[in-house]
Amino acid sequence: MVNGPQTKAFLCLLAWPTLVLMLAPVAGEATTAEEDMLWTGGLRHAYFGDRPITQSDDLIVLDLPKRAENAAIVPVSISAQIPQTDERYIKTIYLIIDKNPGALAGKFHFTPKSGRADLAFRVRVDAYTPVRAIAETNDGELFMSRRFIKASGGCSAPAGSDLDAAMARLGKIKLKTQGETKFAEPTLAQLMISHPNLNGLQMDQVTRLYAPAHFVRHVKVSFDGEEIFSAETGFGISENPSFRFFFVPEGAGELTAEVIDTKDLQFSQSLRVTATGQQQLAQE
Amino acid sequence: MLRKPQNSGVKKLLLLQLSCAFLAQSCAATTPKHESCSPATEVLQVAPNIYVRPGHAAVVFEADEIANLGFIVGDRCVAVIDTGGSVAEGRALDCAIRNMTDRPVCYVINTHVHPDHLLGNAAFVRPGVEFIGHAKLPRALALRGDIYLERASAHEGRELDVSNIVFPERTVAETVELDIGGRILTVQPHDSAHTDHDLSILDSTTNTAFVGDLVFLEHLPVIDGSINGWIDELEQLSAVPLDYVVPGHGPASARWPAATTPTLEYLTGLREKVRAWIAKGGDLASAQANIDAPHAAQWPLVERYHERNVGAAFAELEWED
Repeated sequence: MVNGPQTKAFLCLLAWPTLVLMLAPVAGEATTAEEDMLWTGGLRHAYFGDRPITQSDDLIVLDLPKRAENAAIVPVSISAQIPQTDERYIKTIYLIIDKNPGALAGKFHFTPKSGRADLAFRVRVDAYTPVRAIAETNDGELFMSRRFIKASGGCSAPAGSDLDAAMARLGKIKLKTQGETKFAEPTLAQLMISHPNLNGLQMDQVTRLYAPAHFVRHVKVSFDGEEIFSAETGFGISENPSFRFFFVPEGAGELTAEVIDTKDLQFSQSLRVTATGQQQLAQE
Repeated sequence: MLRKPQNSGVKKLLLLQLSCAFLAQSCAATTPKHESCSPATEVLQVAPNIYVRPGHAAVVFEADEIANLGFIVGDRCVAVIDTGGSVAEGRALDCAIRNMTDRPVCYVINTHVHPDHLLGNAAFVRPGVEFIGHAKLPRALALRGDIYLERASAHEGRELDVSNIVFPERTVAETVELDIGGRILTVQPHDSAHTDHDLSILDSTTNTAFVGDLVFLEHLPVIDGSINGWIDELEQLSAVPLDYVVPGHGPASARWPAATTPTLEYLTGLREKVRAWIAKGGDLASAQANIDAPHAAQWPLVERYHERNVGAAFAELEWED
């Protein structure tokens, strides 16, 4: 396909102000068909071509607030309705926020070693919009869980925190497991990355120039060298990206997260996981 | 528009009476000197030659006259502190000033970036008026200006353009003194608290300070900077021996340091709950769904701002070690 996600994001970025103006009058009172105009009119084909997509909550369930007062940090969670087995598992989950500039917030990859393809993270939401999580199984089937959110301005608004503090901490990573670790069972892990995730949409009113985008673009987590979770992320992910996901430790071992941003800065962090607990190793 | 609770007017009156009892000049002495201007907004004199246009708790862009605005009249000129949520509101304040004194406005001081405090600035753009803000105000305004214009345009009759975004000409990184004739104003920049660029203004003649949104009364505090920083800043400020302050929201004046108590109680209570939630492994979504507002019954706008505050507090506190 000619229009890869990168091109698409770029085009959306250029078209953004016009798009917002066009869509503003119908927001809030539109029918589902009207709400889905961007999806049916282009996004669907840009990302999935003519492949059949089943809209149902049978494989994954997307959960996010109906209305978000702080559109710069909107919690999103996706829960899988099947366990990850070698025979059948969820390979990839796409998170698409139709009316965001750069609609694809991220592509998240799982393996049988993930145990469960559950995922929680935070996104920026720019307008009243459908949000859809699309799961692709290892045998190539697509299932979509769709929600609608009332939020606006998340892309161009800063999260509201202290920008200087965020920059001073750039690249710091916290990696930990949650709850009790039981070998051979899905264990919840959390990866937190200190990064402003600047999306290039914040305009300087004096110079009329956009601050250059600078965000986390790739995340990979492995356990003893074997990949359990990875993600290609766009600037729809909130500042200080935080991911919660599962992995199955067969025994004691080392959980490692590797992060790359759009300036090709690389950050990594490891966590020693044992039956009795966890210890975060010194960050490289 | 959300109305204030019935008792808030009474409380305000009591606070004003208290403040008047301590002052030589009567609060009722707001008889206009010049009937040259209309429509003028109603202002209250909270200390000699210090006037406040009280606001009413509401969500930005959903109502007029939300924040408390004020001005201090010196022998030489007038310092305006915050200008309101629209040019019309700024003009009505300007008009009230002209009805009160023939001294010209020389300073417009913005306590922080929020639209209900700053979007009246354009009404004061003229020769002789200097706009003053925190050193980090220009960046905040640059980052948010566009979104303010867009949000305003979603509300009929509130459309704005770039001319409404007035940047400070003079920024303050350290405490400065402004002489407006016969009285010195001390303008103090604060570390990240309500926002990362709060200013407070002290009039030493009357020992009264405008503390902007470092103090909320009768309007749920909104965290847009740092919950830890805000608590630290308020605890330090409480030790400053002021008589009265003009809070950013709530009554036109309030006793110091008692005025800090509700904001501090909300922030420290919220911080305790969010820290406990993070410690037991809870995530952001569950925190926002489950953590109730401390002293919720006393605060208007809990339903609009508390969840946001939980998110802001969570995002900051999860990085504590």
